[in-house]
This record gives sequence, structure tokens and C-alpha cells, in this order.
Amino acid sequence: MSEHELRVSKIRNGTVIDHVNGGQALNVLAILGIDGSEGFGVSIGMNVPSDRLGRKDIVKVEDRELSQSEVDVLSLIAPEATINIVREFEVVEKNRVERPEEVSGVLSCPNRNCITNADEPVESRFAVVPDGVRCGYCDEILREDLADYIDV
Amino acid sequence: MRQDHLISATQLSREDVEATLDRAREVAADPGALRDSHDGAVLALCFFEPSTRTKMSFESAAKRLGAETIDMGSVESSSVKKGESLADTVRVIEGYADAIVLRHPSEGAATLASEFVDVPVINAGDGAGQHPSQTLLDLHTIRENHGLDDLTVGIMGDLKYGRTVHSLATALTEFDARQHFISPESLKLPRSVRFDLHEAGAQVREHTELEAVLPELDVLYVTRIQRERFPDENEYRKVAGQYRIDAETLEAADDDLTVMHPLPRVDEIAPDVDETDHARYFEQAHNGVPVRMALLDELLSRAGGDEE
Repeated sequence: MSEHELRVSKIRNGTVIDHVNGGQALNVLAILGIDGSEGFGVSIGMNVPSDRLGRKDIVKVEDRELSQSEVDVLSLIAPEATINIVREFEVVEKNRVERPEEVSGVLSCPNRNCITNADEPVESRFAVVPDGVRCGYCDEILREDLADYIDV
Repeated sequence: MRQDHLISATQLSREDVEATLDRAREVAADPGALRDSHDGAVLALCFFEPSTRTKMSFESAAKRLGAETIDMGSVESSSVKKGESLADTVRVIEGYADAIVLRHPSEGAATLASEFVDVPVINAGDGAGQHPSQTLLDLHTIRENHGLDDLTVGIMGDLKYGRTVHSLATALTEFDARQHFISPESLKLPRSVRFDLHEAGAQVREHTELEAVLPELDVLYVTRIQRERFPDENEYRKVAGQYRIDAETLEAADDDLTVMHPLPRVDEIAPDVDETDHARYFEQAHNGVPVRMALLDELLSRAGGDEE
């Protein structure tokens, strides 16, 4: 099983995002703004058995090294995620995601009456607070179902 | 205030509030104190929602400072009707005025406006968000009647959508005040305000009835429960009726209780309360002028670069 998995999924260069909460892989790609049109090779494993998470998702993006600030926003939906930078089939760097202080342009505000949901030329902006995020415009606090508000 | 805009009561420190209210007190005692001190300044009034008191008191305050006001007029008659964004509207108006007073139906509108202009923006109400200049005049009223320490304040009515409530509750955390919130279950404080109160370590109690807590109060701040917050007329009538006060209700209150209301009231305070010593809501409305004079003086002085 592991040999088979390894054979189909090992990448030469790029980023492997491991220990993503089961079912969140497509949201991870959405947050990273990767939809396939960029031409990178992308492979996804979903609901793979995991000792730590029960089941986990894995996202592998070839030929693209994601920066820490790019991946930190993933901590909102995948707090346990690990980021592996791969060069010539070797993991050269392994990091955990860290909670950023603020996330911009990733989530839409759940408050329908927030000015960011009107047709204004601004990006949404949320401060990261304990257990959630808070809109920088209307102060609405979002704790549950963050993935439902991903807007990228 | 350290900031150039007044967007939310969360930005008001005790020191800021006291400095503004000291100034307001001076102005109230001597209406000539700041007269014509901002001769030639222009204040833009941008009200995307109807307003009587807030708009007229800003206008009166500006005129007493010697400033002119320009008025966007109603939304129906403005370019907003043609689909202009708020960001564009305020960027245009910035070129016409030294400060902008903004009321808008969407939460966060004043924050957005402040990001697009260099002139001071005063939030005169953003949806169910904040209304910080109202809070300054509310605090002035409380201060002149009771001082701002060792206070017990009851805030009653629509706590969920009431922007004056959100601003006042937040600002009171800077003072030694116990806060009691009295409302129907469906109109309790929103999560964002609770968060701020909790972060500030405020002493907060929530109730569904006024009766038990009334005798303890120094201040009872009543707000209107709006018909449109309820799915049907019967439910509204039933709920609104429970949060109505009259002179008889207030017999259980302390003699020094101050009753306030941001106005307009509909029937949540019976007219017979007007005749009692508790009624301070007209005084409160009048305080809008000296307080807004003090506020405009601060913001215009800073924007003009002549702060000491």
C-alpha cells in the first residue's frame, strides 16, 4: 500500500502539504489560488488513514514552492498541516503552519450587510482571534464553518 | 484622540473621552468658547440613511464653529442611485470638504471610507455597527448627572441591532461601570460586542426583565425595538410591550435614576415619564451640539495641522 502510494505520488520538486484535515484538500487549493490553470502538476489524496488525524488529506503541488506566509492562512482550516518543500525528490524543509495575525482576500464576510459584500473595491480582511476570525470592517466574528466562506 | 478618524467606540480611551467631554463642558458653559474658531472650514454631511438629530446637531455644531456644511442630499437624488461605490463617492467628496460625517446602512462603511480618504471621517452610524459620536454625548449626559465612576448602567431594548448600544457598551468598559443588559432572547448583544466586553474584562449581566435590576440602576438607557426585527406583528407586539416603561414602572427605581434614550422613541417610554425627574433624553439630545463641537474642533484642528 505505502509502496504503491509512494510510486504514484512522489514528486521531484515542489510542495507537499500533509496532515490536512480530512475533506479539506479542495479548500486548501482554493485558498492557495490553485485551480489547475497554472499548469502545475497537482495531486490530491483525500481521506487517507492517518494515525494523528484519523483520516487526512494530502496535497502535492509540483514545481512550486509555497512560502510560509502563503501557507499560514491554511492554519484556519487545517491547523495540523505540515508543509514539505521537495527538491530532487528530497524533503529539504519541513514546517508547520502558524496562525497568521490577519488574513486578506481569502474569506468572504458571513454578515450579508457588511460593506465588503457590497460592490466595493476592497479585499476582505480578517483578524485572527482565539477560535476564529473577525472581520476588519464590520467586526463580525466567524468561528464555525470557515471553509464555507472561502472566497478566492 | 490619537486617531484622525472616529470610526468606533473601541478606539476611545478613557483619556480621550475625558478630554473631549471636558471641552464639551467648557463649550456648554460658555457657548462663545469656540465660536468661529473654524471659520472657512467645510464639513460634508453624507447620510445614506435618514437622520434628524445626528445630522442637524452636526450641522449646528459646525455652524457654531464658523464652519460651512455641504450636504450630499438624499440617496435618491445622488450619484449613488446611479450605482457609484462608496469608495468613489467619498474620494470625490474629500476634495470638497475638510471632514466627512458618514451614515450608511452597511456595517463597516466608515472603516472602508476612512481607507480611501485623507480627511477625517466621523462614523455617524454604520448599519447595526457603531455610532461613536452618539456615545460621546451619551457619556457626557451620564457624566453631568452621575459622573463616570462607580456606575450601574442598564441598557434595554434592541441590543442586537442597536448601534448606539454597541458603542456605549464598549466605551463604558473604560470606566468603572457595571452593565446590565435587558432584552428579549432574540435581541441580545451580538457576538462581536460580547467579545469586546469580555476582552475588556467588563462586568456584564444579562436579563430578560427589567424589574429585578431596576432598583440598582443609576442609568437606564432605553432603545427602540423595531417592528421589522420580528417575523410577525403579534410577536412584535408581545415582545415590545414587555420593554416599555412608564412613570409607574419607575416608582421602583432609585430617586436619582437617569433615563436616557437616543431617540426617536415610539412608545417604549410613555409620555408621563417626561414629567418625572428621571427623564434626561431631551437634555441628552441637546448635548449633541456641544459634544460634536468639541469633537469637530479636535478633528479639524488636527487635520489642519495646528494641534499643540
